[in-house]
Amino acid sequence: MIYFDNSATTKPYNEVLDSFVTVSSKYFGNPSSLHSMGGQAEKLLSQAREQVAKLLSVRPSEIYFTSGGTESNNIAIKGAALLNRSRGRHLITSSVEHASVMAAMEQLEQVGFEITYLPVDEYGRVSVDDVKNAIRPDTTVISIMQVNNEVGTIQPIKEIGDLLKKYPSILFHVDTVQGIGKVPMNLYENRVDLCSLSAHKFHGLKGTGALFIREGARLAPLFSGGNQERQMRSGTENVAGAVSMAKALRMTMDNSKAGINNMREIQTLLRGELSSFEGVQIHTPINGSAPHIFNFSLNGLKAEVFIHALEQDGIFVSTTSACSSKKKTSSKTLLAMGVPETIADSAFRISLSFANTKEEALMVIAAMKKAANQLRKVMN
Amino acid sequence: MLDSELILIEGVTMERIYLDHAATSPMHPRVIEKMLHVMNATFGNPSSIHSFGREARHYIDQARAALANSIGAKESEIIFTSGGTEADNMALFGVAESFQHKGKHIITTEIEHHAVLYACKKLEKMGFEVTYLPVDESGRISISELQAALRDDTILVSVMYGNNEVGTTQPIAEIGKLLNDHQAIFHTDAVQAYGLEDIDINEELIDLLSVSAHKINGPKGMGFLFVKSTVKIPPRLYGGDQERKRRAGTENVASIAGFHEAVLIAAEDRKSKQDKFSGLKETMLQKLHELKVEFDINGSLEYSLPHVLNLSFPGTSVEAMLVNLDLAGVAVSSGSACTAGSIEPSHVLVAMFGKQSERLTNSIRFSFGFTTTPEEVIKTAEEIAKVVARLKK
Repeated sequence: MIYFDNSATTKPYNEVLDSFVTVSSKYFGNPSSLHSMGGQAEKLLSQAREQVAKLLSVRPSEIYFTSGGTESNNIAIKGAALLNRSRGRHLITSSVEHASVMAAMEQLEQVGFEITYLPVDEYGRVSVDDVKNAIRPDTTVISIMQVNNEVGTIQPIKEIGDLLKKYPSILFHVDTVQGIGKVPMNLYENRVDLCSLSAHKFHGLKGTGALFIREGARLAPLFSGGNQERQMRSGTENVAGAVSMAKALRMTMDNSKAGINNMREIQTLLRGELSSFEGVQIHTPINGSAPHIFNFSLNGLKAEVFIHALEQDGIFVSTTSACSSKKKTSSKTLLAMGVPETIADSAFRISLSFANTKEEALMVIAAMKKAANQLRKVMN
Repeated sequence: MLDSELILIEGVTMERIYLDHAATSPMHPRVIEKMLHVMNATFGNPSSIHSFGREARHYIDQARAALANSIGAKESEIIFTSGGTEADNMALFGVAESFQHKGKHIITTEIEHHAVLYACKKLEKMGFEVTYLPVDESGRISISELQAALRDDTILVSVMYGNNEVGTTQPIAEIGKLLNDHQAIFHTDAVQAYGLEDIDINEELIDLLSVSAHKINGPKGMGFLFVKSTVKIPPRLYGGDQERKRRAGTENVASIAGFHEAVLIAAEDRKSKQDKFSGLKETMLQKLHELKVEFDINGSLEYSLPHVLNLSFPGTSVEAMLVNLDLAGVAVSSGSACTAGSIEPSHVLVAMFGKQSERLTNSIRFSFGFTTTPEEVIKTAEEIAKVVARLKK
């Protein structure tokens, strides 16, 4: 079995599962309870918070635990837009964001906000000049993802951050769900105000995530209730989830350097081997892309059929983002990059983890060659 | 196991008694086993079209069917959430947004959980008008007062199934019947009641119902909202098309599978647990009588969740009681855990007894769970007798 769909979700580390079970069975108290069982849970939660903060080089008071990347993105964007609506109702984002950013923006549009969707170039990248030109006196929030989930393009976060140093009142949100651990980024240096994380993309558990909210940045909460997470996120804290996420993040960061090198080498191998394929078009740019995502089209092959053919050989890849893969629509990211619809419809995404190997990549190449030949034969 | 940084927990040596299952409950070993299995073997993203995704999807489908079945609902009427708070918020804000063209009046009670109460406060700020129904000394609302509060522009009635602090259950079926020929949508927060009470949305005519997994020996960070198919409400989280476009976000598959297991366990021994907890209540009360401890019951023994018992101990103070009991190894609470660590006077007790009542400062909540034994309850009663005697000196 070769799992090459790590951008959809990853297999939790065994140590993460151990942490989850230990906390769930021994320290199951409600962190808000006053007794010692609550105290222990509370302590574990703050340790998890400290650990996550340390790994991101920020303050523990700036880390808020959520139910995942979607919730983090929703709190960041809607919370920032709504709280600052008296200052302005203009938001800027890119046209290649994850669905949870796009749909939150569209929702705000319906209630009277104005959104500028920045275009991207053929590599899937926004231009800093475009960001600059889009800024207006009533702009309150700019949301740009660090790494695109479909093609792996890295956005110029540092440059946008530098630009925004001149606009202290604009909140800068970065969705790092795909980037964390794979593309290093310093939040303070890049002048990031808000940053979303999802644990199941780095071998943590589904249903856990975090939002970094820089000290001083203010948001309207999305949930009303018991005022947990310093009033930002009501709901009994998922202590075991938070502890497991801290664990997953630490293991990811510890292995990051070697992991990145390994994935980069695999990607180079895939790129080299694939370039000799008939009708191939590689969408992931050589420069300025994340090491783990590799997106390409095989002309004339229906992506879905191809994926099921590979599955027969125990190989798992995907067409596009898992969150929109059920919709039979072309990839918005590829279309935004100017890829024609017919080619976008035959696009595949390979996404790697630290643990994947070159041997696996070679087996995948061989299987793809076989499948492509068979399918083309059937079609001809 | 845990990171070295995370094993800084001291003092876990004493045999401890946990009587705070209404705050949160330990996961059942079968739930942990199921989750571990799913996390290990079926980690796929349910939206992925390959077999990893399909296997994960299968767990969700099965769980959804079981959950729907547990309250007499259809599968398509169950929306998984990150817990009770999200379910309550989704229900209230959702109905308010969808039905505001029919009116802006909402009815709830003074004793709701904060996930409902603070959502209502927020809705007031957004221009909705909210009537907070009072309760009697047993913690129950009156149907005639609800009837009197109903207006043509009432769009939502939210009344909790069973109260989390005193355990009092509300006349849910009667409310459902009353609202049957009114436009108002009926939501009930069943977080404390689900698993122990026999809930049937068809018999009780419930439109929306919130549930949390960690109160029934399932995982934290998991819950569901039942939304009757005829009621359309907008999502709170936008993004992917999960949960039929009603709740975006990669599904928490392992927790959903764990929730499923917890629901099966709850259904298997509901009757025996009801009897067991009622018995434990009896034991506690009887033992306290025997030990000549002066106390009053907050709430009702007749209309009550079997696992919650709230007692007032005249002449004591809640802080001193909690600290002393904690030192003696007994974990209980002053009321809701969700008032986030602060000992504020309970809004539930204020609603039942008024702001001046002594009960606000001397009441303790005991809540039982599957691990609780009669011996633990007797030991607790004995510790209470000691502490009360000491405090009254």
